[in-house]
Amino acid sequence: MLLRKVSRSSVLCGSIRQIPPALSGTQSRAGAVVAVHNARYASQAAEAVLDKSAVGTAGSKVEKKTAPVESKSFAANIFKGQISTAQVFPFPSVLNEEQDQFLRELVGPVSKFFQEVNDPAKNDALEKVEDHTMQGLKEMGAFGLQVPVDLGGLGLCNTQYARLVEIVGMHDLGVGITLGAHQSIGFKGILLFGNRAQKEKYLPKLATGENIAAFCLTEPSSGSDAASIKTTAVQSPCGEYFTMNGGKLWISNGGLAEIFTVFAKTPMKDPMTGEMKDKITAFVVERSFGGVTHGAPEKKMGIKASNTAEVFFENVRVPADCVLGEVGGGFKVAMNILNNGRFGMAAALSGTMRASLAQAVDWAANRTQFGSKIHTYGVIQEKLARMAVMHYVTESMAYMISGNMDSGASEFQIEAAISKIFASEAAWTVTDECIQIMGGMGFMKDAGLERVMRDLRIFRIFEGTNDILRLFVALNGFQSAGTQLKGLQRALKSPLGNAGMLAEELTKRAKRKAGLSSGVTLQGTVHPELSHSGDLMIQAVEQFGVVVEDMLIKHGKKIIDEQFVLKRVADCAIDLYAMGVVLSRASRSLSRGHPSAQHEKMLCETWCVEAHERITRDLRTLSSSQSKHLFKNLRAISAALVENGGVVSPHPLGF
Amino acid sequence: MSGRVLVGVKRVIDYAVKIRVKPDHSGVVTEGVKHSMNPFCEIAVEEAVKMKEKKLIKEVVAVSCGPQQVQETIRTALAMGADRGIHVEVSAKEYESLGPLQVSKIMAALARKEEAQLVILGKQAIDGDCNQTGQMTAALLDWPQGTFASEVTLEGGHVKVVREIDGGLETIKITTPAVLTADLRLNTPRYATLPNIMKAKKKKIANMKPADLGVELASKLEVLRVDEPPQRQAGVKVESVDDLVGKLKEAGRI
Repeated sequence: MLLRKVSRSSVLCGSIRQIPPALSGTQSRAGAVVAVHNARYASQAAEAVLDKSAVGTAGSKVEKKTAPVESKSFAANIFKGQISTAQVFPFPSVLNEEQDQFLRELVGPVSKFFQEVNDPAKNDALEKVEDHTMQGLKEMGAFGLQVPVDLGGLGLCNTQYARLVEIVGMHDLGVGITLGAHQSIGFKGILLFGNRAQKEKYLPKLATGENIAAFCLTEPSSGSDAASIKTTAVQSPCGEYFTMNGGKLWISNGGLAEIFTVFAKTPMKDPMTGEMKDKITAFVVERSFGGVTHGAPEKKMGIKASNTAEVFFENVRVPADCVLGEVGGGFKVAMNILNNGRFGMAAALSGTMRASLAQAVDWAANRTQFGSKIHTYGVIQEKLARMAVMHYVTESMAYMISGNMDSGASEFQIEAAISKIFASEAAWTVTDECIQIMGGMGFMKDAGLERVMRDLRIFRIFEGTNDILRLFVALNGFQSAGTQLKGLQRALKSPLGNAGMLAEELTKRAKRKAGLSSGVTLQGTVHPELSHSGDLMIQAVEQFGVVVEDMLIKHGKKIIDEQFVLKRVADCAIDLYAMGVVLSRASRSLSRGHPSAQHEKMLCETWCVEAHERITRDLRTLSSSQSKHLFKNLRAISAALVENGGVVSPHPLGF
Repeated sequence: MSGRVLVGVKRVIDYAVKIRVKPDHSGVVTEGVKHSMNPFCEIAVEEAVKMKEKKLIKEVVAVSCGPQQVQETIRTALAMGADRGIHVEVSAKEYESLGPLQVSKIMAALARKEEAQLVILGKQAIDGDCNQTGQMTAALLDWPQGTFASEVTLEGGHVKVVREIDGGLETIKITTPAVLTADLRLNTPRYATLPNIMKAKKKKIANMKPADLGVELASKLEVLRVDEPPQRQAGVKVESVDDLVGKLKEAGRI
């Protein structure tokens, strides 16, 4: 129960106050609201979920920063029952002519390399990327896609990067991980937080692939609970170096890397209390420092071509100028690296889905059973259509987020987490259905799909499990909803001065409670042909906002313990964000008169209708008294299982 | 001798694309279709770049004739290692009737203008399959030609060419300047790497019109009609060898 520990901290749960009955709308109901006003939490919400070290000094340093400026994040706003169109409409198009032209030139050679040189089946069987392929990838420049040009890289923006990673994902996820572990997380810390000297020292050799990088966070006793790492880095009395000791587990490229981004605990003196406390610091560690060793390559279910190994640090002398960011600021570094890399997974997996779809379609169009091609049968049609919809959503998310990032957005962590969750689950489903369509042939190794399936499995686990990320999405959202309620609360203290605002909020709530639309419209934003889908989204967002507020009022600060609720709230948020991105993309295609516009319209409508149904069902569950009973049962069943060490009910045969 | 090699690079519909004929039978659908460099031209570029790497020549110049889009193909050649490009601009309309004769006139004019030691072309393009441009260029220049080259050795003022001919190989020695055309087995072209594509952005592509070279594009050829290859007809099953022989005789095959 990692969240429980957080909940004890008053730093995160700043104030719990009564809400005057009037505020909760037409109903007279008193409740508590969480109003979190820790700005650090606001910007680095992951810490709220994970960083226990930061909350250890409960209550000692409540940061009274002013509430953050109105968030432009679509996902953050839906929790307030609002639609913020800024980042979602119109669909971002960020590449200038030169970037666009350059990217067009890159796509061909990269595709060709993966079609003609790389052999995914062989890489999988060898459990390593073939030597000549690895060499080819290095020459290709694939190891330094986002390194600035003056430091030997290609200087690609996130959108350009996404487009190339998509090609990798189409062909070989094992190679994808080798490349991603290197540049998406391995040395991303140097790109994001490195000073000029660090960048100049490391990036040129990393860009050419002469040096391979790895990201070292996970430890045997520290997985999702990243803040609990035990690796230490103790500063020397002279201050010139740190001595690092500890072991890191399941490190991608761990056996190949020369440069490691390592997270370790450093004892630091609290400037306020003078107490010594451990804080996480990020370091760049070179294998050549000595004392860095690694274990044998792990035997894995999938992504076998990528190297995964344990990495040990034994009395490694790390110079002080290898600190990445600030001493004690390592958790922020880690979370930023991960937040910045997630869109790449969505991009790669949309490539995987594109490939699976092509294979499924090829089979469905050519296989004859009962005298007809099987694509003429409804069950196959439904599968193909759903696969196409899921691909459309994933691809739209990937390029929406990369576009937002390229245009300088800073609040995309909820969206990035959603894209990772959605992409990893959608790619799994799509590839699974591809196998199903192909039947026995899909199950055969030669079809290549069993490898894709094995490779895909890890994507729901690593870089933040989808379960933890769901909590992350929901808690981030609750936090922004809490901030809004807190603003109302402040207004209530001087109702006369804020009469306008209060009247507006009261009307909005009254309308929502009565099931009426509060009059939000997406006219002019969503293409008229998609107005019905747009209305479904508005309706769902408004209902979602009501339930989120109810949950806050009902559970107060304890909302962070309500994982059954959080999971469902996150599912709704994912569906809603997905509605937003496809509405945006399909609207663009319609208004540009794209040849595929009508097809995209159908993809969008299909998604919106079904997402709306799911959201309505989830919200109904959350609002009903039955959910309390259901969650109680689920909790009790699990407890009994744990107590019994497995199945509780006796065998039906009695033995 | 300037030690300069002129390489022709043609933009064609990608070999992996399924070709579709336009509904009015005037040609094939090219719009929205993936294009790339003619594979034989890639081999020609590779050979020239290798010569440069071996310091046998000083400069590789890639030439393409056609509308604006052919610059992409020139860029690919530059990324593979060509030093500069020449885009001979031909409007989309004129490009439709541009044949080997017109292109070879342009190549010949450029070879003289650039004082090329060698002109290397692909033996044919995979779209028109004409297999004439190299030969015509040599004729117009009155230079020796080494066509269907599967091995090329440049030695001073001579070039030894191993040619792929029916039933075997023929080795010839010709003097430079000369025109060579690349066959499939001459080499394996390299991949344009991303860093080289980036560097190629700085390389220059000169733009000129056929008229600048004194070349008249008028063609005496007229395309009457383009058709899909005939669909394969369904076969028939025969009961015995005699039936088979009978049917073949009936069809006049034996």
